[in-house]
Amino acid sequence: MASQTILQKLEILADAAKYDASCASSGTAKKNSLGSAKGIGSTEGMGICHAYAPDGRCISLLKILLTNHCVFDCHYCVNRKSSNVARARFTPQEVVDLTLAFYRRNYIEGLFLSSGIVKNSNHTMEQIVEVARILREEHDFRGYIHLKTIPEADAEIVHQAGLYADRVSINVELPTDAGLTRLAPDKDARQIEGAMGKVRSDLVEAKDAKKRFRHAPRFAPAGQSTQMIVGADAATDADIVGKASRLYDNFRLRRVYYSAFSPIPDASAVLPLKRPPLIREHRLYQSDWLMRFYGYKPAEVMQATEADGNLPLDIDPKLAWALKFRDSFPVDVNRATKEQLLRVPGLGVKAVHKILASRRHRTLRLDDVARLTLSITKVRPFICTVDWRPVMLTDRADLRSMLAPRTEQLELFAA
Amino acid sequence: MTVLQHVEAGTYYVVEMPEPDDFEFWRERARALVQCDVPPDRIAWIEPGGSGDLFAHGERRSPMPEEGARPVRANRRFVSLAKNAILHSDPDRFALLYRLLWRLQSSPRIMEDKADPDVRRMEELDKNVRRDSHKMHAFVRFRLIEEESEDGELREHYVAWFEPEHHILRANAGFFMRRFANMHWSILTPQGSLHWDTDTMREGPPAERSNAPGGDPMEDLWRSYYASIFNPARLKIGAMLKEMPRKYWKNMPEAALIPELVAGAQKRESTMVEAGTLEFEERPETLAAIDRAIHACRKCPIGELDNQAVMGEGPRDAALMIVGEQPGDQEDQAGKPFVGPAGQLLDQHLERAGIDRGSAYVTNTVKHFKYVQRGKRRLHQSPGAKEIDTCRWWIESERAIVQPRLVLAMGASAARGMLGKTVSISKARGAPIPLEDGSELWITAHPSYLLRLDGAARDEQSRLFDADLAAVRERLEELQA
Repeated sequence: MASQTILQKLEILADAAKYDASCASSGTAKKNSLGSAKGIGSTEGMGICHAYAPDGRCISLLKILLTNHCVFDCHYCVNRKSSNVARARFTPQEVVDLTLAFYRRNYIEGLFLSSGIVKNSNHTMEQIVEVARILREEHDFRGYIHLKTIPEADAEIVHQAGLYADRVSINVELPTDAGLTRLAPDKDARQIEGAMGKVRSDLVEAKDAKKRFRHAPRFAPAGQSTQMIVGADAATDADIVGKASRLYDNFRLRRVYYSAFSPIPDASAVLPLKRPPLIREHRLYQSDWLMRFYGYKPAEVMQATEADGNLPLDIDPKLAWALKFRDSFPVDVNRATKEQLLRVPGLGVKAVHKILASRRHRTLRLDDVARLTLSITKVRPFICTVDWRPVMLTDRADLRSMLAPRTEQLELFAA
Repeated sequence: MTVLQHVEAGTYYVVEMPEPDDFEFWRERARALVQCDVPPDRIAWIEPGGSGDLFAHGERRSPMPEEGARPVRANRRFVSLAKNAILHSDPDRFALLYRLLWRLQSSPRIMEDKADPDVRRMEELDKNVRRDSHKMHAFVRFRLIEEESEDGELREHYVAWFEPEHHILRANAGFFMRRFANMHWSILTPQGSLHWDTDTMREGPPAERSNAPGGDPMEDLWRSYYASIFNPARLKIGAMLKEMPRKYWKNMPEAALIPELVAGAQKRESTMVEAGTLEFEERPETLAAIDRAIHACRKCPIGELDNQAVMGEGPRDAALMIVGEQPGDQEDQAGKPFVGPAGQLLDQHLERAGIDRGSAYVTNTVKHFKYVQRGKRRLHQSPGAKEIDTCRWWIESERAIVQPRLVLAMGASAARGMLGKTVSISKARGAPIPLEDGSELWITAHPSYLLRLDGAARDEQSRLFDADLAAVRERLEELQA
């Protein structure tokens, strides 16, 4: 093959990386380059999105593959062995140079590096770690680094990755073991979970050491995350929510990302035919939010699913839950507990905090609540205030259609 | 500061701010005014360069609080919000902050009352300013120029042009300093400019866009990254505009691509789909429908050859499904599976094992005959992994309808068709492999393999083949018992 320019390689290897949903650069340890002789970069806790692509996703990191050559043959993946896509390969130094050039111009927060498997898992993991090593040690780079780790690689090399990176992640890929066996025949669910368990114990150990020794090395201060592909197999939303909550519990993940299966060039015939609506991905993220910030238990989110085990697409899971458990409403905004308020459709965490703070000063009327929320129409059927009581409203059979967004809007959103 | 010694009730005060973002100045004046009991409606706060003439008769000197005047109270929440809100471009911000400070003296917990209009407005200002700062951190784009330093050496200087909405430049100097501590950089804005030389920060006068460099060679790479990372299958323009409003676009090199990317997205998606994904809408529900569909299938190059699709045959509710590789020359002509030499050999072995071929559903992994023409003969060619994967759709559809208890896959192609990965026959044969629908898969060699051998090797392989078939029959009886 004639040698490719950096531009050509970048096109191929960024294109190949776009199916990873995560681009977060938040939640890591604070660091900056003041007082360092040659260092560059900072992370101040809050992630920064340096641009947004027309797909609505944030571009925070230079998200690329080291190479898209791969010895694995996973059917949902554009880079699988039997796919006919153009292949390219960066050297570690090329990735380092590109990262620094972009960083100095303030295009990015850092690097998200992943790779196809070349030669074998250990070799590939070593190459990934080498990029991080050059950045951290030779250039004193203090920006964000997210490394994708390879479950089949030796634990020692994966541990090394955690010492350089802010975040490490291993993709569980599919919500069910059967799906994994079918669509990713070279991967092994137990191996993936084993590797996540190892990262978890490394994280706990490093945190523990940090408490006792100030100079103990940091290990992936932004924790670990994972990604699941939605809609490539037959798993229902209930399966997915269950799997996600087990992952959160067992491996203390920071985030579980969902990626709606989208048509990939040169796809395998084993894949489903219609891509799942993006709105399904959105509903799953909403359910993730309910569990992480609203105090819903996984079982409660599953209660919001319909007979086929999937969350309704036309309304959000919180509203779906409220419609199923109407006897929990209306909630008196002047008396209800925080937990009860968090269950009211249309009230976000911020609005609840504002209500709790304001009601110490005044008895809230409907107008007051309207000022604290985005849409009072959505909230009104589920609350009462001194001057408002939703008479029989929660008993109405057509409540759902009253509150569901109009379908035209939905189409537009899903497009 | 000129100080007014005697405070008279009813005086109208005018405070001219020296800088639009000078919180300390505001704080000092506000403190004195509160201590002298000057109500909010008797003060006009004026931006630098603002229209002070309207208040020509106002008192411009600051009142002097009496000795022992009550200290001014302001809680931490108010101060932290005020420091940000004062950077807002709203000319009424100074008055709003004073009004709240005034009210804080009598109701110290007013900041907690989120339903109060003044508190809400102040939080809104704070939020707008924080957002503008955040967008500045995100959307400033440096361009590299090389310039001569004082000692005559070339050095790199990164220069950016940015147009903030509020007076946030000075307040955000620290962010860029901490991040780019060892770079020479300048940020030019219409309100002023910042220059960092790895050691000290200098402030400069307002600048114009033409003072900043017009481009940077690295921008081509960045634009190409931006275009490549975008997934045209998920266009969400609203989400993009919400976070990256158009007003920022003109200073971002990548934004020039957006209209083109959006316009091309539908086309790119359909090319992506056509390039490989099979757009079968629904799985066929009957064997007849599969039969019709495979005759029309041109999803891989084999379908384009001069051949016909060969459908499986056997009872719709067969307990055993026998899967081969692909139709051969004779099968293609007859339109039936396993009628050529390999089929005849298979029949003999089945009979020996006591399996009734008529009660089994017999089919192939690949539905069309793949060959190369050599003179008048069509020479068999093995299907590639990709062709098998493409055709897997059909064998899975057949399996979904027939629902066999046991599948016998003969040869490597059939094994791949069932498992999605290439396995070694010698390692996989002789033991059941559970399939996800609860049935089991047995793997054995393809009879045509036996045809290619002779002598001792053929005897040995025939023996193994018979053993596999015998095991299958035994297992089938167990399953049906």
